[in-house]
Amino acid sequence: MTAYILTFILFLVGLYGVITRRNLIKIAISLSIMEFSIFLLLVLIGFIDGGSAPIVDPEKAGTLYVDPLPQAMVLTAIVIGLATTAMLMAIAIRLYRKYKTFDIREIKNLRG
Amino acid sequence: MEGMSVIIKKVTQLLAGLIFVYGIYIILHGHLTPGGGFAGGVIIAGAFILLILAFGSSELNLKTEVSGSSGTESLAILLVVILALMSLLLGAKVFIVNFLPKGLPGELLSAGVIPLYNLFVGVEVAGAILTIFLALVIFKEESST
Amino acid sequence: MNALIPLFVALPLIAAFLVMILGKLVSKFHRFFTPLVLLILLAMAIYEFSMAGMAPIIYTMGGWSTLGGIPVGIYLVLDGFSVLMLCIINLVGFIALFYSLSYMKQYTAERNYYALFCLIIAGMNGVVLSGDLFNLFVFMEVSVISSYALVAFGVGKTELEASFKYQVLGVLASMLILLAIGLIYWQTKTLNIADVKTLLKGGAGDPFLVFIQVLLISGFGLKAAIVPFHAWLPDAHSSAPSPISAMLSGVLIKAVGIYVLIRLFFNMFAFSHEIAVIFTVLGTLSMVAGALLALMQWDLKRLLAYSSISQIGYVVMAFGMAMVLLSSGTNQGAAVLAVTGAVYHLVNHAVFKGLLFLNAGALEHRLETRDLRKMGGLSTAMPITSSTSLMASMSISGIPPFNGFFSKLIIIIAAIQGHFYLLATLAIVVSIITLGYFLKFQRYAFFNKPLEKALQKIREVPFSMSFSMLVLAVLCFALSLLAFPAISNEVLRPAIDVLMQSDLYSITITGL
Repeated sequence: MTAYILTFILFLVGLYGVITRRNLIKIAISLSIMEFSIFLLLVLIGFIDGGSAPIVDPEKAGTLYVDPLPQAMVLTAIVIGLATTAMLMAIAIRLYRKYKTFDIREIKNLRG
Repeated sequence: MEGMSVIIKKVTQLLAGLIFVYGIYIILHGHLTPGGGFAGGVIIAGAFILLILAFGSSELNLKTEVSGSSGTESLAILLVVILALMSLLLGAKVFIVNFLPKGLPGELLSAGVIPLYNLFVGVEVAGAILTIFLALVIFKEESST
Repeated sequence: MNALIPLFVALPLIAAFLVMILGKLVSKFHRFFTPLVLLILLAMAIYEFSMAGMAPIIYTMGGWSTLGGIPVGIYLVLDGFSVLMLCIINLVGFIALFYSLSYMKQYTAERNYYALFCLIIAGMNGVVLSGDLFNLFVFMEVSVISSYALVAFGVGKTELEASFKYQVLGVLASMLILLAIGLIYWQTKTLNIADVKTLLKGGAGDPFLVFIQVLLISGFGLKAAIVPFHAWLPDAHSSAPSPISAMLSGVLIKAVGIYVLIRLFFNMFAFSHEIAVIFTVLGTLSMVAGALLALMQWDLKRLLAYSSISQIGYVVMAFGMAMVLLSSGTNQGAAVLAVTGAVYHLVNHAVFKGLLFLNAGALEHRLETRDLRKMGGLSTAMPITSSTSLMASMSISGIPPFNGFFSKLIIIIAAIQGHFYLLATLAIVVSIITLGYFLKFQRYAFFNKPLEKALQKIREVPFSMSFSMLVLAVLCFALSLLAFPAISNEVLRPAIDVLMQSDLYSITITGL
């Protein structure tokens, strides 16, 4: 039970980072922390006590395996997280070229 | 971008080939061991990125476009979707079905279509990550000079 | 099984990557190829629409049939609501693409634009077709990441800032949705939407389920820009290139926001009174806040973006009213009327908001500005733009005989029949405010006296842009015919039936 609570605390740490940090790169890293905490929660959901890794060994038949479906979900979600982080970093670099700063308090052209 | 010291350059020259072969191993054994297309593709891209970081982009004379890796990536995705669509014509006539003969579990040449998918996805992911890295490095070059 | 269904997703994917490769070898390849592909998709969508009956058509990817009554494969489901959304997506996509053939000549990386556009269409087609929760998440991410890139396409200062704000809130929303999907899997050990419905039949007031539902409302509410989750929409929709604004405001917030909310809350969860009240309150807040904020805008596309928030508020409020009535089990007639009005307004809004954004793009293309105070007197210089924008403004304000009048009338009648008198009054008041700010748009852009002499030398926009605007204007007029019961029975009834008889969706899938 404590493992689930710890992943949720990691999610809240990431959320705190997104809300309070002023540097663009730190916001992107906090979003990545949030993503990874959810991946950990997903893999934990599929855990069965006493189970082994879900790879079929033809000699030892009939062993208990953990649930492989959340692991497939997490593999796909890692790829999505990579694409999202790459997009954020590309935009952050271009923003630095235009505004000469990473501080979000300086980047406020759009108002109203 | 400047390169790094001589020690790093020598060690990278020795290691990059080993990392590349290890990535190919992970891709090819995707249906037998953990890993598969995505993890192997990232390792292959890692070998190339290690070389670029160690030697510096000025010494490697990188071109001003990312055409090579971008073209490889698009070609690999096309092959994946065409392979999925081919299953509409052969076999059970459903999208993404395993239509090649499946051998014995545990062999290298088994499980029908899955090793082919792993191979194309691995090439695609390596191309994609390399394209992202090259685009960011070349953009830095263009803006700073 | 219908073999055309996976092609809705596979065809734009192939087109996107063919454009990336062959666009380097053959010049101007993308300008002929992508409109052709989208035209084929539109023809397929209309064919499916004419063929669809009452029962959902199911397509299993990979051919995995059910094992002992439990669906194990990934399903693509085509039912009445999905096929209506498919038609809207491919229609507005084709029109926006045709418009961008001449609009995007001012940008340098045109090839990437067409590839990303095909990817957005592929993602949205996948979202409305998928019958599996995680498949829906993946296709939603495909379309949303492409839209992040397209909002930042002309890399100026305002576009990059708008895209960064959009991305941070979009990633936050996706994480909330993934957390909700993980918790649903924990509770039911399955990801198929129909299977989750049969397994969740029992507990309606279970606190864990209420937590999941609140997470889903927050996540998809961020994607659909409901107040208080709307902060990214004015920046993103006003800084994007105009055909992309039309796609985002006309189709994306509906396909990955409203459609998924309605699919999950009508066909997957059992109706509960508190969630329905939340829906109605959020919808009403969006309706009022969007309209009030739009009154003060002088930037044309920001005004249209706030107006989008207001009209989506109408749709969410009508769905919320239907959920309140269905959860208490009384007054079925008013609930059917509310769902009819909501679906009709969804279709209408895609058409006339797309047309309004294309008009704004035409004005920006010729005048290089979006500020209403700098325009004036263009009704003689740009006749097609002026007349189509007049038709769209009258539609969105709810003036007969255009389509907006009928859909808003149905929503107001449903509110009165369901004894929601406050909501009906607010709907009428917001409709008058909408008329107010669209009259402001028309007066300042087209009917004022021109302030500078240079404005008198403006010519009309090129053929592809004016053709797209004319097609959408004709469609505005044609959709008003849906108010007649005979025609709406053909067009809207399958969608309404799928939502009202929520058992129909799951029995067809798990009964196989």
